[in-house]
Order: sequence, then structure tokens, then C-alpha cells
Amino acid sequence: MLHAAAMHIYLDYNATTPVDREVLEAMLPCFAENFGNASSIHSCGQRGRSAVDAARDSVAALIGAKPAEIVFTSGGTEADNLALFGAVAASHRSRKHMITTAIEHHAVLNAAQALEKQGIAVTYVAVGSDGVVDPQDIRRALKPETILISVMHANNELGTIQPIEKIGRIAAEADVYFHCDAVQSAGKVPLQVEGLGVNLLSISAHKIYGPKGVGALYVRAGTSIEPQFQGGHHERDRRPGTENVPGIVGFGKAAELAEINREADTAGIEILRDRLEEALTRVLPAVRVNGNGSRRVANTTNLTFAGAGGEALVIALDLQGISCSTGAACSSGAVEPSHVLLAIGLSPDEARSSLRFSLGRGTTSEEIDRTIAIIPRTVERLRALSPRALNAVHAR
Amino acid sequence: MPNQRVQLEPFCGSADTRHSTQATVAEAPAIAEPSGHRGDTRGVAHVAVAMSGGVDSSTVAAMMSASGRQIVGLTMQLWNQRRLPQLQSAEPVQHRCCSMDDVYDARRVAEHLRIPFYVVNFEREFEKNVIRPFVDEYLEGRTPIPCTLCNNHVKFDQLLLTARQIGAERMATGHYARVRHNPESGRYELLRAVDESKDQSYFLFGLTQEQLARTDFPLGELSKGEVREIARRLQVPVAEKPESQEICFVPTGNYVRFIESYLHEQGRRLPEEAGDIVTTAGEMLGQHNGLHRYTVGQRKGLGISEGRPMYVVALDRAKNRLVVGEDRELRSTTCGVRDVNWIPYAVPEGLVRAKVRIRNRHEPADAEITAVGFTDARIVFDEPQRAVTPGQAAVFYSGERVLGGGWIR
Repeated sequence: MLHAAAMHIYLDYNATTPVDREVLEAMLPCFAENFGNASSIHSCGQRGRSAVDAARDSVAALIGAKPAEIVFTSGGTEADNLALFGAVAASHRSRKHMITTAIEHHAVLNAAQALEKQGIAVTYVAVGSDGVVDPQDIRRALKPETILISVMHANNELGTIQPIEKIGRIAAEADVYFHCDAVQSAGKVPLQVEGLGVNLLSISAHKIYGPKGVGALYVRAGTSIEPQFQGGHHERDRRPGTENVPGIVGFGKAAELAEINREADTAGIEILRDRLEEALTRVLPAVRVNGNGSRRVANTTNLTFAGAGGEALVIALDLQGISCSTGAACSSGAVEPSHVLLAIGLSPDEARSSLRFSLGRGTTSEEIDRTIAIIPRTVERLRALSPRALNAVHAR
Repeated sequence: MPNQRVQLEPFCGSADTRHSTQATVAEAPAIAEPSGHRGDTRGVAHVAVAMSGGVDSSTVAAMMSASGRQIVGLTMQLWNQRRLPQLQSAEPVQHRCCSMDDVYDARRVAEHLRIPFYVVNFEREFEKNVIRPFVDEYLEGRTPIPCTLCNNHVKFDQLLLTARQIGAERMATGHYARVRHNPESGRYELLRAVDESKDQSYFLFGLTQEQLARTDFPLGELSKGEVREIARRLQVPVAEKPESQEICFVPTGNYVRFIESYLHEQGRRLPEEAGDIVTTAGEMLGQHNGLHRYTVGQRKGLGISEGRPMYVVALDRAKNRLVVGEDRELRSTTCGVRDVNWIPYAVPEGLVRAKVRIRNRHEPADAEITAVGFTDARIVFDEPQRAVTPGQAAVFYSGERVLGGGWIR
């Protein structure tokens, strides 16, 4: 059954991406040579400051923002937390309500649940089986005390793109802050904050071939948020802490490259993704593409292999040199099936039989061919050994 | 009330030792180091090794890896300790099954050996097949063996299935026992470990032919000392003692608190707390505070003073009474067993002479066994046995062979 893995095929770019060589080269001098503290007065610190400023320009350019609107953070999770807790804390209303969706990343969902414990009312808007939220459902969830809407741009598990522009208009009409978690869409679709109509937007470097441990929150001019850490006056009093100069510089370079490479990246990747989907659904019975038919980012596919346990399938594929995942990396090892897949109507068993493949800049046609060759026999082996597999396959 | 139990020792054997930060390296490894990048060994995993993070299963992985076998390490995540935080001890506990520490240890060993390694989550299966029956058995007045439930329904069932699903046809564990194929009968037989002091066959009586056929117990021929020697020679990075005597998910050993905390978490109430303590003649001696706190054979912690040693003789669930008596009243000549698994043959006709072990570390006693239907059996001991405890296993031996076993009614 198993064959020595001649090459390693990485199909988990939504979990993280390798650091681009150019990004790495931009970062390296910032460790031991230009090591200055960007907040220091002396020339050594000033070099750090100008490197951070240049990176801020690049990150701002990626999303069509002004540099002053960029707050660097330790990553997407901190950006989401700063957006939610920061916006809620900045509101002086006596009763507060926020709206989000059932398919958000845990960085938003768990932050919303923590806010609920503080007495903030939260509405979790359901999504359709297509993995897309209906803007009218967001509108219907509005209350007089609503202060914030938070909806992700591209879903990390399905790749489905949410109608952010429409929700942005609804938020503007209602005079409600609008936060968008764009961690999975940055570099994959054009991101222009003006068009999206957002007040707050989270992005992360390591999803766009930058380093881990750095992200940013876009805070539109005039939008007030309370800092969530206490400390110095960094990031215009919105996020204290010595700037992570190497990380920020890497983020800046990654943002530049994402803008340059986006079209070249996505067109080729979409062809490969579609070929993978087409082949697997043709060769194997009882395979479903989740979120199919919706607008999706080009690199992501989420497939249910009825009757094949996702955890065992991920391991079996890894032993054959293919890296993929059962869902969000942050949920790996969890008992509960993916909340995203449940939200689009899958049963717990179906959700546990689903895998996410996410392609990237390094994915080759040869790798996809090999993946198409390996997956069917691996799934068939699992199904042959799974007590419930036959029913699951025949029920379709 | 502190609970004093007779020597039941319900630990499974997957529980073994924990590393100290200073692993002793006695000598250079006699066997060549596994070569190459970790990725090089991927691909043809013929055997999955169930790795607990302890020295026994780690040594199994090291032995098989050193002999050139293609292996994959699997560690089961069975129980989330954060669920019942009130059970966390302030003191560092010797061994916590399923704690991140054990997963860390197992991963460290796998990295040292450069073998592929995965943590598989069986929390749902473990709760359904081990935790709930464990709690319910105590509430029914029995004294369960969670390790055997885990072996039967999780480790040699779900984990073996996962092993096969990922391409390994066999699974090796760190148990001290042996499997042998009998060409005459065509059946797989379960044998005691060569090292009688480490023998864990008692906990494995429920294994089916299909399970035995796919199982390797590489430590069954070795003594604990030899295993430790091999571990040192192969520089297995989990070192020096101590062994656990506790149930893996009750690291403090306080199973009463576990049961009560679990019931609380589940929104279930303990059925009838206090009740009478009576003698076998019906004489009332005092009050107990929940039958789940007692086990047959228990002497201490009864809170009665009779001037003579009194023991728990039975737990009368129907009347919520704790029945106590003198030592002689604790002895019985017969018992019934349910869910019997016969190993070297199908259900036997007529009497079977065997030595029967009624708890781990019990000196097997001569007895005659009669199968009752397909699932039950009746045991008649030659000599009366002390504290035959409902919920424990009766395991039948003929010499080194395990003939089978069942659960004491």
C-alpha cells in the first residue's frame, strides 16, 4: 500500500506558507546589523524606524490604506482580538451588541464568546450550505445597540468569499463599525479597504510568504479602538510593545511580492485546484466539494470523502508525502468536528471525513498529478476498513 | 473518607515510566543510529507502535527501529485533563495518561528515533467505552478495570484500526505478554510474559483472534531489567522510573473524587448517598456515605468499631447497603462470569481445569470452569477465594497460556 515518498507535496498553504527567499533576505540584516530599537532617538534606532515605516507603506499599499492606518500586531489572532475587544471597549453605550457569523475563525468566535461573558450581546448569523453569509441576514440582525459587525473575507476552511462590500454598505448605513478578518484573502484577491467599506481589517504575514508572529490591523482614520495592552506609545498608542522590526520588514516585503505576484499566482493555482477537484470527484464515488459553486479563493478546496475518517486520512497521506489538513490548523487534535462544516449543513460524521487542500506558489502540476494518483487508493483503503463506510457511500 | 482498597492495582501497563531531564546514557549504542533525515524513513510503515511516552513502549519503538523495521509511532489522546480542573493536583504527578507531558515524551522519543509520529484523538471513544462504564460500574456497586476496557475497545480496536487505515498491517505495544500462533489449531494464543513480575496478560484476556493476529508484544520475552538495559543502550530519551500504580485518567489515585466530579460535570446526581452498614446477619453497625466509595475486601475506613476485623463483603445496590463481615465471610468457592472470551479454542464443552486469577497480582487458584451458553461461565474453586470482587476480571490460565477470561458478576 505505502510507497516511499520520493517528494514531499505541501498542500496546506492556508495553514502557513514558506517564507519567500526575498522576504528572508530582507529580514536577515534586521537581526544583528540593523538591530536598533525603532523607538530610539539615535541613528541606530532611526534605521529601524525607517525600515518599519517602509514596511508600513508596503502593507498599507497592499490593502489600499494610508500608512497611519496600519497597526502592527503579533499576528492575525491579535489583530482580531484588538479589533473586537478594542472596538467594544471604545464604545460608551450602556448596551452593546455585535454581529458575526457562524463560520468565523476561532480568533473571532472565541473573542466574541469572551465578550458575551462580559455582558455584550452577540448574534451569530448562520450561513447557507454554499458557505456564504446572506447580507440581508446581517441587516436583519441589526439592533439599535449594535456597535460592531465582524465578518471574514475568505473562509479559511472552504475558501468561500463573503459579500464584504454589501455588508460594508449595510454597516455604513447603520453607522456601525465593520471589522473584516482578511487573513485568508490577502494576496489571493484584490483587497481595497475603501471598496470593502470596512473600519477594521486583519491580515497576517505568514499566510502570504512572510514570517510567523507578525500581522496587522487596519484601523480606518476616525475609527476609535482601545488598546488591549498597557505599555509605551508604540503604533500611535494603539499597540504598545517594541516593534518586531525583522518581522515587520519581512511582512512589508511579503506584501510587496503579494501585490506583484497575485495575478500570476492565482491563475495558475486555480487551474491546478480545479484539476484536483475534477479528478477526485470523477475517480472516487461519494466525494463532495464543500462550498462548490460559490465564489472561492483560487487555492482552496474542501472535500468530503464519505466514510473515510479525516484524521487517519491526513496521516495516511502524510506517510506518502502529502501534507493537507482536516480543517484549521488551530483545531487539529480537537474532538469537535469543524464548526464551519457543521454550519454549512454537514453531519458530524461527514465533517470528520473532510479534508482541506490549499495550494500555493510552490505547487506544481506534477505534484497535483501525484496527489491525484495517491488519494483514491488511500481513500479506498480507509473505506474498506471503516465499519460505516459502505452505508455512507451507498447513501449517496 | 479515605478509601483503602485491597490490592487491585488497576493500572494498564501502557503506563510505565517517565523521563527525568537527565537521561542516563550508560554506553554508546551497539546498534547503528538510524540514518538520514526524518523524512527518509517515511513511506513503508509496516508496523505501528502504540507509544505512551513511557519507557516500555518507547523501548519497543527503539528496538524495532534499530532492527530496521519501518515503523510509525501513534500516541492516543484519551482524556482532556482540563475538563475536571478540580482534580488537578498542586503537586507534580508521576504519571498522567493523556497529559501534554506524555505526548511530549512520546514525540521526543519519535524525534530521537527519526520515525514518523502522530497523535490521534480518541477522547470520544475513550469516554464512551472506558470513562462512562467505569463510573457506572462503581455506581452499580462493582469495581471495574478501566485498563482492560481500554485495551478491548480503544487500543486494540480503534487504534489498531487507525494503524491499518494508515497502511500498517500490525501494531506493537509495550505490554508484557506474548502472542503465539498454534499451527495445529490455527488459532492465536496469548501467553504470560516470561518475566512473571511484569506479566500483563491479565489485562489482555479480551483480545479476539483478529486482534491477536495483528499484535506484537516485543517485551514479552524480556525482563524489566533487560528492557531497561536495551533502553539505555539505544539511548531512549525517557529514563529512570517511576512506575505508575494509578489509573491513567485519575492521576491522584482519588477515584471517588473523579467519579463525583464527572457526574457533576455531566449534570448527573449521585444516586442515594448515605445508607446502612449491616452485617451478613442483618445487624446494623453504622452508616456509609455512598457505595461507590467502597470495594469488596476493604477493611479500613469503614468507620465502625466491632472489636474484631470487619471487611466489606458485598455492596447491596438495591437496598443501598454496605454488607460487612469477618474474614471467613469474605471467602467464596464459586462465581459467575459474563462476556467470556475464549482464546485457544471456541467455547469449550464440559469442564475446563485451569488456574484462575481474580485480580491482578492474585496468585492464580485451581478451579473448574464450565461454559454457560456462549457468553458466560461458572467457576468453582478448589479452595475458597478471598474477596471475589464483582466487576473485576477472572482470567483462566493453563501453564503459560491464557485460556480466556470474563467479568465477575
